[in-house]
Amino acid sequence: MAFVPKIEALICTYCTYTAADMAGAARMQYPATVRIVKYLCTGRIDILHILKAFEAGADAVMVSGCEVGDCHFLEGNLRAQERVEYTKHLLDEIGIGGERLEMFHIGASDAPQWAEAVRQMTERVQALGPNPLTVKRHSEVQVEEKS
Amino acid sequence: MNVEGYVQLIKVGKYSEAVQLIMERLPLPSVLGRICPHPCEYRCRRKDLDDPIAICHLKRFAGDRVNILNLPLPEIPKKNQRVAVIGSGPAGLSCAYHLALRGYEVTIFEALPVTGGMLRVGIPDFRLPKQVLETEINNITRYGVEIKTNAALGRDFTLEDLFNRHYEAVFLGLGCHLGRALGIPGDDAQGVIQGVDFLRLLNLGKKPKVGKNLAVIGGGNVAFDVARSARRLGAETVTIIYRRSREEMPALEEEIEGAICEGINIRYLEAPERVIVENGKVAGLACIRMELGPADSSGRRRPIPIVGSEFVLNVDMIIPAIGQMADLSYLENIGLKTTRFGTLELDPVTYQTSRPGIFAAGDVHTGPWVAIGAIAGGMEAAASIDRYLQGVDLAAGRGPGEAAQAMQKWVEIPLDEEKRDRERMPVLDADVSCSTFEEVARGYTEAQAQAEAARCLKCGVCAECMQCVQACQAGAIDHLMQPQMREFKVGALIVSPGFRPFNAREKVEYGYGRYPNVITSLEFERLLSATGPSEGHVKRPADHRAPKKVAWIQCVGSRDASIGREYCSYVCCMYATKQAVIAKEHDPEVEPTIFFIDMRAQGKGFDRYYERARDQIGVRYIRSMVSRIAEVPKSKNLLISYVDAGGEIQSEEFDLVVLSVGLCPHPQAAQLGNKLGFATNRWGFAENPPLEMVSTSREGIFTCGVFQSPKDIPETVTQASAAAAAAGALLAEARNTMLTVKEFPPERDILHEDPRIGVFVCHCGINIAGVVDVVAVTEYVKTLPDVVYADHYTFSCSTDSLQRMREVIEEQHLNRVVVASCSPRTHEPLFQDNLRQAGLNKYLFEMANIRDQDSWVHQAEPEQATELAKELIRMSVARAAKLEPLPELPFEVDQHALVIGGGISGLTAALTLAEAGYDTTLVENAKELGRIAWKRHYTLEGILVWPYVEKLVHRVLQHSRIEVITEARIVDFSGHIGRFTTIVETKDGRREIPHGATIIATAAVEYEPQEYLYGQHPRVVTQQKFEDLLVKESASVKTAESVVMIQCVGSREPEYPYCSRVCCSYAVRNAIQIKELNPQTRVYILYRDIRTFGFRELYYQKARRLGVQFIRFDRDQKPEVMAAGEVLKVKVFDQNLRVPLVLSADFVALSVALRPNPWAEEVARVYKLPFDADHFFMEAHLKLRPLDFANAGFFLAGLAHGPKFSEERIAQGKGAAARAMGILSKQQMYVGGAVAQVNPDFCVACLSCMRVCPFRVPRFVPEDGVVTIDPAACQGCGICAATCPRKAIEVKHSRDVQCLAKIAAIAGG
Repeated sequence: MAFVPKIEALICTYCTYTAADMAGAARMQYPATVRIVKYLCTGRIDILHILKAFEAGADAVMVSGCEVGDCHFLEGNLRAQERVEYTKHLLDEIGIGGERLEMFHIGASDAPQWAEAVRQMTERVQALGPNPLTVKRHSEVQVEEKS
Repeated sequence: MNVEGYVQLIKVGKYSEAVQLIMERLPLPSVLGRICPHPCEYRCRRKDLDDPIAICHLKRFAGDRVNILNLPLPEIPKKNQRVAVIGSGPAGLSCAYHLALRGYEVTIFEALPVTGGMLRVGIPDFRLPKQVLETEINNITRYGVEIKTNAALGRDFTLEDLFNRHYEAVFLGLGCHLGRALGIPGDDAQGVIQGVDFLRLLNLGKKPKVGKNLAVIGGGNVAFDVARSARRLGAETVTIIYRRSREEMPALEEEIEGAICEGINIRYLEAPERVIVENGKVAGLACIRMELGPADSSGRRRPIPIVGSEFVLNVDMIIPAIGQMADLSYLENIGLKTTRFGTLELDPVTYQTSRPGIFAAGDVHTGPWVAIGAIAGGMEAAASIDRYLQGVDLAAGRGPGEAAQAMQKWVEIPLDEEKRDRERMPVLDADVSCSTFEEVARGYTEAQAQAEAARCLKCGVCAECMQCVQACQAGAIDHLMQPQMREFKVGALIVSPGFRPFNAREKVEYGYGRYPNVITSLEFERLLSATGPSEGHVKRPADHRAPKKVAWIQCVGSRDASIGREYCSYVCCMYATKQAVIAKEHDPEVEPTIFFIDMRAQGKGFDRYYERARDQIGVRYIRSMVSRIAEVPKSKNLLISYVDAGGEIQSEEFDLVVLSVGLCPHPQAAQLGNKLGFATNRWGFAENPPLEMVSTSREGIFTCGVFQSPKDIPETVTQASAAAAAAGALLAEARNTMLTVKEFPPERDILHEDPRIGVFVCHCGINIAGVVDVVAVTEYVKTLPDVVYADHYTFSCSTDSLQRMREVIEEQHLNRVVVASCSPRTHEPLFQDNLRQAGLNKYLFEMANIRDQDSWVHQAEPEQATELAKELIRMSVARAAKLEPLPELPFEVDQHALVIGGGISGLTAALTLAEAGYDTTLVENAKELGRIAWKRHYTLEGILVWPYVEKLVHRVLQHSRIEVITEARIVDFSGHIGRFTTIVETKDGRREIPHGATIIATAAVEYEPQEYLYGQHPRVVTQQKFEDLLVKESASVKTAESVVMIQCVGSREPEYPYCSRVCCSYAVRNAIQIKELNPQTRVYILYRDIRTFGFRELYYQKARRLGVQFIRFDRDQKPEVMAAGEVLKVKVFDQNLRVPLVLSADFVALSVALRPNPWAEEVARVYKLPFDADHFFMEAHLKLRPLDFANAGFFLAGLAHGPKFSEERIAQGKGAAARAMGILSKQQMYVGGAVAQVNPDFCVACLSCMRVCPFRVPRFVPEDGVVTIDPAACQGCGICAATCPRKAIEVKHSRDVQCLAKIAAIAGG
């Protein structure tokens, strides 16, 4: 069976969460790979939150806020953007890979873009393979079983 | 009958559903599907295109496909009342069926030994096989109807017998079973037999003998049934004799054709005269030829015998079939009234006879007629009997009413609908059919039926197939809902019926409706929409190709005297620009071109947007009116001819043309105005008193939106608030008198309890349960830590589920609740409220969205969707365990308003608040109030402004609830929404003003020009100074030979790229006044775009009529003003004529820009309020929150927000006051909840939070050495918490432990 990635999406309530609801209302179909965590604003998303997701086994993390200039809290999405960029470097450094993390700007009415973003991210992670942390953990388990 | 409904169900193969839908009214689908003359098909709207839908054939198909005896019976509560139905024909069966559906005990008494009446004994098997009828009658008995045969009224029992046997009502469905005699000599000879008698014998299985040569008299279905049966029984020649021509023949077309195929002679225009009798037997028939005279009372032409045309037909048997009569002998005996036509007299609506409790329908009432008529009559009679037995008025609300009329609305037949032949009914070959009683018509195949059903145009919009009623498990859909009349007692009324887009078909020259690739702007808007027909990818209607060259044509239905729509629709220039930008951004290949007259970008920030579209996005603007559009036949492209900037005629081809349609009032708006007693203008927009945009001509009735005049969204939102304020002022006394306050029990203290989580998994009908295995999910959830209760509910949001949830909280002693259902965006408040009712803090609630973000988007993967649901709930449960109750502490609201700025909007705001009963302080830093408005004499409409302002100022100064502080500065402020303190400084010292809401109305100032010799030459003046001259020194202006006005002085410049909105109109106003003073004075207005939007356009047109010259110049080629002694000369390059001009001028009037008031800088600094790029104050949302600041408790109005007219400023002042009242009307507000909090032990005062907070809430407290965050001012976004390097800030309800628990819970399971 093809690798079904686990993606965590940390998204804001005013824009992307609404778009995700709208995608449902329009019955747009996308891969069942994404677990959504709702924030009031992406500006709240701490770098630790993103790292925690990877530690817990997420194969990728999507952060998605309002379109630039449209943030309900004026600039929370821009703060998030900066943190995502920074975290990408951290992920590169520790060998998880920055490409497993991506920032999106998806407005409340952009349901098709949300579905498309999930599809893209799913494809990207399928190409990258599982989160190296979980791979390592899997192999450790296997070693234990052998011994 | 709901024909469209069952046709659509047949199309999709839902045959049982189709039959059930038919049977809501008609219990005999297969029978009627065979023998009905289908009058409905003559009403089918497809006949206007080609042929009607074969409704009858489709009904038969559905009936034949379904075993009706296997359909589920509805649950019917029994009524212990008995009804007797006499006759088992279509009327009796229908009446019995509909009574049985209502729960009555029904017995049918049938005189004959068989059931079915005329359906059984009047129609031969080759048209209606006995088995078909038998089955459907058997089905009726399944509903509890009892049938007794060989029981004739009058012969075997009397009416009194029935009443004695406790039948409480009687239905008479006796039919017409007596044949009408020929009435000619010899018609009683042996060998003459009535057609109905012949058919009865045949159908009772007693094969009647037929002669060798047979004559059938008549042209109805009975005649044909007799003739065709006789042929099958072995008659050698069968002749039908009919006295009129084929055109008048009443028999079904298929009967006539069938007879001809089967070799039956039909003789038209002949009538029998006498029977030739030999030995008492028929030996021949003497006939006479006829010709047609004038029409008789039936509308058919009357046959007249032709003298001397007699002849004899050699026949040995004659069967008259010229009509039937009812046997009324018994009914007349018992005193029921009859008609002169030999039928029973009935009430036309209730079907009651002259004796109460006795009802009738069918042929006994109508005379011989179609079965479907009898069935309809039986159904109506059943409704009457029900009312009779329930003691309800028989007639109330029945008869042809408005509901029936409402059904007469249809969708137009689409222009591109192609003609398609009706499916032909397969029939037996004629050489086979004439020798057998086997059914001739064989019925549609499935493919045929579905193809035929697909021809339906669905012109009724909703087919009312009723599938939604069954699908909706909440039982929320009611197709029978009717409009209701309700009466309300109100103190004020706000009327805002909105607008309709202009009907582009009225401009025939643009080809809308004829050329598929010409669409309206509204249609283009849908194409651009992500939820539109092509998901946001623009496609041409003709070939679904992505267009490259797209043209917008402006002013379609606006500024157009030729169709009586002279006004400007305000919004089209900007929406076309927006559409062009979005189209281009979505597909860079698109080349947008906008054909326009003037670019009307007068709204806030619009000019910037327009310039970006033109200079950066690459939208091409062509200043030219397009006179017509032609289609290129092969490519369906469109050819536009126009005059270019150089005056050359150009022709250009486009792939798609968008017509920018204007705004028209709702077609019934004027009527509404009439009804409510306020005036509307000639187009149907509301008229309003001078300067009062939201008032109407009738006191107490207010208006807002486009109904007042065409306008953009921010203006409509502003005026909506203004209308609310105006209405609120009238209702001040009644405020808070009609409220019901919700009481909640005290909150349970759960702080020291371990988590006890209850999980409620929702089916949402089939929305979730249809994909996700909710039972498995619930079982899984029970295994999660801290979960002490889990169950699944059909609808967790229903009233009974909520009740159950409260009980479970109590029983299980829950201290956290998780609902796994839909989106918290819509349902969290409902459940939180429920928690509060159960004594739990509302923050102890968490939702898992397993519908919108799971079952709906993973419909094809039920297993993965189920797994995902488990995981989403696991995450929610993990977070729930970490949730804390959060207190929301009440504080007293300072019900006092502070208005900053004493211009016309500030004054209006203060007065509106005071009149609504709120103490208000008005602070102004200048000496006097009403600065800008004072100076203006007239509005464009010729209304004097200053008396209005004078009165306003007077009222403000006199009002006991208003304190005015002038020559004041704003020095400092503290506090939060509902409770602010502002420090104001005057020459008398500093004062503290406590207030709950703040309105910023710092107004604006006029730009002082540096150009055009202003200040250097006495005759170069500002437009305002010029108006002053016009009013006060009109004599000196009157003698002027020439006046030149220059527009956009200081506006739409690179440093100030905004439009000052009002200057075009004021120039036009002053120009008109000069022309009215002295028509000889030459007046030139040098402009860039004339922006007289809305009804102001009418004055622009008036100025042109009066001879005012409008000369357009470019920003890059400005006019030059030169002194010429006492007077002036103006050099300008006319962009329209493409020539340089030199104008002499006695006066040059400069239309100068409006600039933000410098005082606003101080106000913004103290309150930390944001400016936009032009240094006007920035609202919370450009379109939807034009009166609010993002900072809670602050509102803005008037010129502080951007340039606008006096009446707009007044409306904005009222609107801002209404917004402020939203706060001031509360006695208490709450602080706390989901806000940020600083832990002073960790804070090192690095001030990062102060830098990142978009609302500038964190404050450094020097005495403590740490930062503090005011919980009332905090918006809860959490940017500070994510930034704080020491993790000293936590946002409650979004604490790190809570977020991390949820994020980490993807592991495990």
